Amino acid sequence: MKKVNAVIVGAGAGGGVVAKELTEAGLSVVLLERGKWYTANDCRKDDLRNQRTTVLGNAFGPPDEGNPRVVVGVDGREFVALPSEGAYSNNAACVGGGTLSWGAQAWRYMAQDFRMRSTYGALAGSTLEDWPIAYDDLEPSYEKAEWEIGVSGDDSGNPFKALRRRALPMPPLPPNREYEVMLPAAKRLGLHPFDIPMARNSVPYNGRGPCMRCRWCVGFACEVDAKNGTHNTVIPRALATGNCELRTGCMTKEVLTDERGRATGVAYFDEHDRLQTQPADFVVVSCAAIESARLLLNSKSRLHPRGIGNRYDIVGRNLQGHTYTGAAGVFDLDVYDDIGPGAGLAISDFNHGNPGLKGGAMLANEFIRLPIHVVGGLPPGTPRWGAAHKQAMRDYYKRTIIVMGPTQEMPMAESRVQVDAKVRDRWDLPVARLSGDRHPHTLEIGRAMCEKAALWLKEAGAVRTWPLPPGRGVSGGQHQAGTSRMGDDPKASVVNRHCQIHDLDNVFVVDGSVHVTNGGFNPALTIMAVSYYASAGILRMWRGTGLRS
Amino acid sequence: MVWLSFHRSEPRGGVRLTRASASNRSRTVDRRRFLQTGAAAVAAISATSCSRSRTKWRFLTDQDGRTLAALCDQIVPPDDYPGAAEAGAVEYIDRQLMRHYRRHRAAYRRGLADTDRLSLSRFGHPFAELSAIQQIEVVHNLERERRAFFELVLNHTMQSFYGTPRHGGNRDAVSWRMLGIPDPPVRGRANYDLTKPGRP
Repeated sequence: MKKVNAVIVGAGAGGGVVAKELTEAGLSVVLLERGKWYTANDCRKDDLRNQRTTVLGNAFGPPDEGNPRVVVGVDGREFVALPSEGAYSNNAACVGGGTLSWGAQAWRYMAQDFRMRSTYGALAGSTLEDWPIAYDDLEPSYEKAEWEIGVSGDDSGNPFKALRRRALPMPPLPPNREYEVMLPAAKRLGLHPFDIPMARNSVPYNGRGPCMRCRWCVGFACEVDAKNGTHNTVIPRALATGNCELRTGCMTKEVLTDERGRATGVAYFDEHDRLQTQPADFVVVSCAAIESARLLLNSKSRLHPRGIGNRYDIVGRNLQGHTYTGAAGVFDLDVYDDIGPGAGLAISDFNHGNPGLKGGAMLANEFIRLPIHVVGGLPPGTPRWGAAHKQAMRDYYKRTIIVMGPTQEMPMAESRVQVDAKVRDRWDLPVARLSGDRHPHTLEIGRAMCEKAALWLKEAGAVRTWPLPPGRGVSGGQHQAGTSRMGDDPKASVVNRHCQIHDLDNVFVVDGSVHVTNGGFNPALTIMAVSYYASAGILRMWRGTGLRS
Repeated sequence: MVWLSFHRSEPRGGVRLTRASASNRSRTVDRRRFLQTGAAAVAAISATSCSRSRTKWRFLTDQDGRTLAALCDQIVPPDDYPGAAEAGAVEYIDRQLMRHYRRHRAAYRRGLADTDRLSLSRFGHPFAELSAIQQIEVVHNLERERRAFFELVLNHTMQSFYGTPRHGGNRDAVSWRMLGIPDPPVRGRANYDLTKPGRP
């Protein structure tokens, strides 16, 4: 294969942005993606087969056949998990990655989220640390992401947010009934409710139309292409430069290095499972926290005997996601009006500043719920089957509001991705092995968030509420992060502030892996902002010729 | 509109899809459309031929089907609205036992036989022939003693009844009507001309 300037592994939130930035600067790029390129025409409103309800499989990959992972439970029992099972911690495998089928909440982290150690001090059993970059470093990149990807919403009513120089490019969608019920209650409680920033067109933007407010939102591709991800924004722009070749169905085997230890490109299996080599001046790994760690760990050579970037055994550690907690409440009036995307109203009052707690979560009303989501979520004590269950579905489906949020997790070195010694995937590559647990303080914060959510629901008129408490076990999932943490100290981190591997200057990790901590917000916009920031650094190095080989 | 009618009733809808595509579109059928239409036509043919064979089930035996229908109807019983069986629960499960739930085949074979054995030993008749009160007692027994099998049937029945009609359950979107939420009006596709260049 012809040598290119950069090979990017993974066309998701991170890789898509990097591809666009590099190609628009004139670099030649091969973008490898193991999944397919789905479009709005592939939208199937299948309640049982999408990226959120996967009982009949994942709609946007990976398939259950040939892609196992090994998971070690908190009881020490290990088992093989399939991609459609929760323990697998799947995100997606397709062009756009998670941003094809996400709920599209597009949050900026707060200033404190980058300075957790300075804000709260050390925590026993946790690797809580500051990022080497601050919010101010990322602010221009956040803005660029909001305008290039396309974000609607209005956070002007949020006094806790960090400085924003420019308003969001689109106004929020009109409120649904949940929003109207919850808004005055928050104000009565002295909270500061505002419209969630969403990567969803509320008005025509980027040549595509607005949201049609349907029920099949989070977990689905958007039928009218009003939901914005890298698949319908930056990746088409990268391709339009003529400098980017996107190859789908390509599973990367390893990052190749020469006798001096520098990267020379990647080896991958193409869509016909033939082993190919793609030489490049430098390599960008953007496969999301679990698969990026797996690729680095599987790239062993004489000078990188434990895998790339893993001299100090840090690759794969600090795996984190979000511990979702909150409360559900039933009302004695219909609060469901069947208008998507459902989530619309948030408060950021409890992200920080909770006495005795090192962090918190943004709280928002939950995405619109399909009937299948409610079957197991009826008030506690409801029979699980029979006439009473059927009646309860009728009684509560339209009368329930859920308020929940992504509790910021206290990272732990023991929660980690390794490669399994025995189990292999269909390309005979060692699979990811997930093990660990959540820090007790994460659970403590999560339980506090349950109480906040319940208070809000009661103020809004809920006649009964019940908590949605934190779960145990290693975290990750769609918000997976942390496995190649960013830092200034090469012995305590994997990449530097430019997402460059400390001891291998022509390999970069650009995705959620580099997050030191993961904020109390959905992480995708931060992944994109970090990708813009890292791309600028890569281009500076490129112009200084440091990356040419 | 086209693909929804296809899911509602497979053979008839399949034919309709073919006809609609042919009339809407003259010569500019793109490759994707062509493949979809072809797949629908194949599905229509295979569904028709299945219904002609001796049993209507793909995996289950007739006795399995009777027992499972009665079991599903205790999980989501008929009242003002149809129960799970009338809404297509057995169709859903039988179809998925040939597809995504192949791994559960043995569990169903054994579990359904156990259900009938239990019914015979307790009440002298197979499960499907028991009274509702007797059936509920057997189901409670399954929930305690055959936990894994019971959870499978419970989950799959709920999926069939409350999930999308496209997989054979929730016939005529009965559960959605029951919950008072509209069958999906297809708002997007109507404005979505796939033959125009520049549209995804």
